[in-house]
Amino acid sequence: MATDTGQRPASAPSSLRSSGPSRYADPLFRAIAFTAGASVLVILGLMIGTTTRDALPVFEYQGLVSFFTSDEWRAGFSRTEFTGEYGAFSFIYGTVVTSLLAVAVALPLAIAVSLYINRLAPKRLKRPLAYTVELLAAIPSVVYGLWGLLFFAPTFIRPVMELLNRTLEPVPILGRLFAGPVFTTSYFTAGMVLAVMILPIITAITREVMAQVPRDQVDAAYGMGATDFEVMTKVIIRTSFPGIVGATMLGLGRALGETIAVAMLVGGSQRWGLSLFFGGDSMAGHIANTFQDAAPETVLALIAVGVGLFVITVIVNVLARLLVWRIGRVAGDAALRRRP
Amino acid sequence: MVDNTQAQAAPTAAPAQTGQTNTAPEFTPRHTTVPREVGEAVFDVETVSVAYGGAPALKEVSMRIPKGEITALIGPSGCGKSTMLRCLNRMNDLIDGASVSGRITYHGEDIYAEDVDPAEVRRRIGMVFQKPNPFAMSIYDNVAFGPKLHGMKSNLDDRVEKALRGAALWDEVKDKLNDQGHALSGGQQQRLCIARAIALEPDVILMDEPASALDPISTLAIEDLMRKLRGQYSIVIVTHNMQQAARISDRTAFFTVDMEQGVRVGELVEYDLTETVFTNASDQRTESYITGRFG
Ligand SMILES: Nc1ncnc2c1ncn2[C@@H]1O[C@H](COP(=O)(O)OP(=O)(O)OP(=O)(O)O)[C@@H](O)[C@H]1O
Ligand SMILES: [Mg+2]
Repeated sequence: MATDTGQRPASAPSSLRSSGPSRYADPLFRAIAFTAGASVLVILGLMIGTTTRDALPVFEYQGLVSFFTSDEWRAGFSRTEFTGEYGAFSFIYGTVVTSLLAVAVALPLAIAVSLYINRLAPKRLKRPLAYTVELLAAIPSVVYGLWGLLFFAPTFIRPVMELLNRTLEPVPILGRLFAGPVFTTSYFTAGMVLAVMILPIITAITREVMAQVPRDQVDAAYGMGATDFEVMTKVIIRTSFPGIVGATMLGLGRALGETIAVAMLVGGSQRWGLSLFFGGDSMAGHIANTFQDAAPETVLALIAVGVGLFVITVIVNVLARLLVWRIGRVAGDAALRRRP
Repeated sequence: MVDNTQAQAAPTAAPAQTGQTNTAPEFTPRHTTVPREVGEAVFDVETVSVAYGGAPALKEVSMRIPKGEITALIGPSGCGKSTMLRCLNRMNDLIDGASVSGRITYHGEDIYAEDVDPAEVRRRIGMVFQKPNPFAMSIYDNVAFGPKLHGMKSNLDDRVEKALRGAALWDEVKDKLNDQGHALSGGQQQRLCIARAIALEPDVILMDEPASALDPISTLAIEDLMRKLRGQYSIVIVTHNMQQAARISDRTAFFTVDMEQGVRVGELVEYDLTETVFTNASDQRTESYITGRFG
């Protein structure tokens, strides 16, 4: 504090306090940040609150179990009461099937692309390739939908479907998934285009975790006479497994919620079929396709479908976290027990 | 022939952690019974030079590395010891821009010949790295990794046990083979890596400063192990620890860095019986380095 020399002017200590407008900067900034943070929670709360409020009467009218398991969907036209039939199973099935299909195709592709970019591609090609894959994520989904409908489906997916149908339909149980007739817009079509759409996100994360596999692990395998292929499968993929699971779940989450592209490609019927070549509908797709002309009671039913989709997405995300946490913990425990 | 006749020499036990003085440390190199001339060579290195991205790192090294003995590579940092070691099992192939010229034969076979598969070379010539690097797997799987890789799947349990016994680790881990390799102590991890290497039944083991990350007791355990492995395996070890080289090796190669037209290049200065190198070096630079007067 003040020195005992008495030479300083009396006002000296005040220079320790901030002065001028800058003195309000911190509290102001804190207030803004708090408001921003809080508003996220408020918006989320409002969204959950209002949609659930609107959906509840539908669940009551239809019965919660029936809503999720019945495949009878008949839109009603009343303004004042419920008259239709609102079993959403067909759409749930469509959402799940197209998303799983997308992941099943995108995941191996993403692993292969990551390995190629990280380990096999010539140095000059690495960055451009990685960038190109990431660019796929920047294409608006309506463009994917159009491109899929007008080009990808008729010229590429359709012949593949016909081939699969011809070769696999005779196989006993599995054959039912590939049964005809083959429609150009179907679960399969939507799933393939979805696969392209989620490829960038899965690849980006997979590539990242693969790049973090320690060099000494790789050297150890090479030092024992492993080939490039063996190093990739037995060390790199194995070590980055938890990250790949996480990436897959993120891709799955994205696929579940994708709306426009799926709506354009999945077929648009209100029924479901076991065959992948059946033209059905997805939850998000059905909302987008019918929302405009829906009567008030059906609007509420569509909101209920939205709530159902939200619930499914949350479940998938929670499962993903648990899975990653669980796998990560096994590896992490080992690392923790590692002594210097 | 230089004095290799004192069969009744003092035991080779470590002169402990002494020698940390300013004056020349006392070395008691192991009294070898091997003749000065290399008999059967496992490696024959002929005028090998290495460059990284065009910059020379090692210049025209020639040396015959004997079968069944321990050969130490010593020298100041950056003189190319690791580079030399990596040439012997073609690990340099994995480094972008590395180029090796000259000729290295392994039991008379040129390992850099066109039709040689580097993976096959590395299977026969095991390597232990400076930092223990067990895989993120169980102890058992770490040791079984190599045999499984190369289809040696019969009697896998026996192979694993034999390798762990060979690496003097069996008694410490036999009750916890399913624990993670990472859960072991540093010294145990390094012995696990040695077990992993010998599970492949190689003929040579290359070790790059295998004890530099370990405490003195673990270091001695590794040295004991090397003495035990000597004879059955040919061992080439890089070490910064003079006493260690003196204690365990039969022969020592001293490398140094030479300035050549403004470029630093590693070269082999002297290669002889360890006893000779440590007590009666023929090159002034060797003696200076060993006695600690090296710049
Ligand atoms: N991967 C690499 N890329 C480029 N240059 C390298 C590489 N590895 C080594 N060098 C160079 O080659 C020379 C010899 O290096 P090397 O690692 O063989 O030395 P060293 O004797 O093992 O040194 P240390 O005792 O520090 O381990 C050094 O000048 C080093 O910079
Ligand atoms: Mg080195």
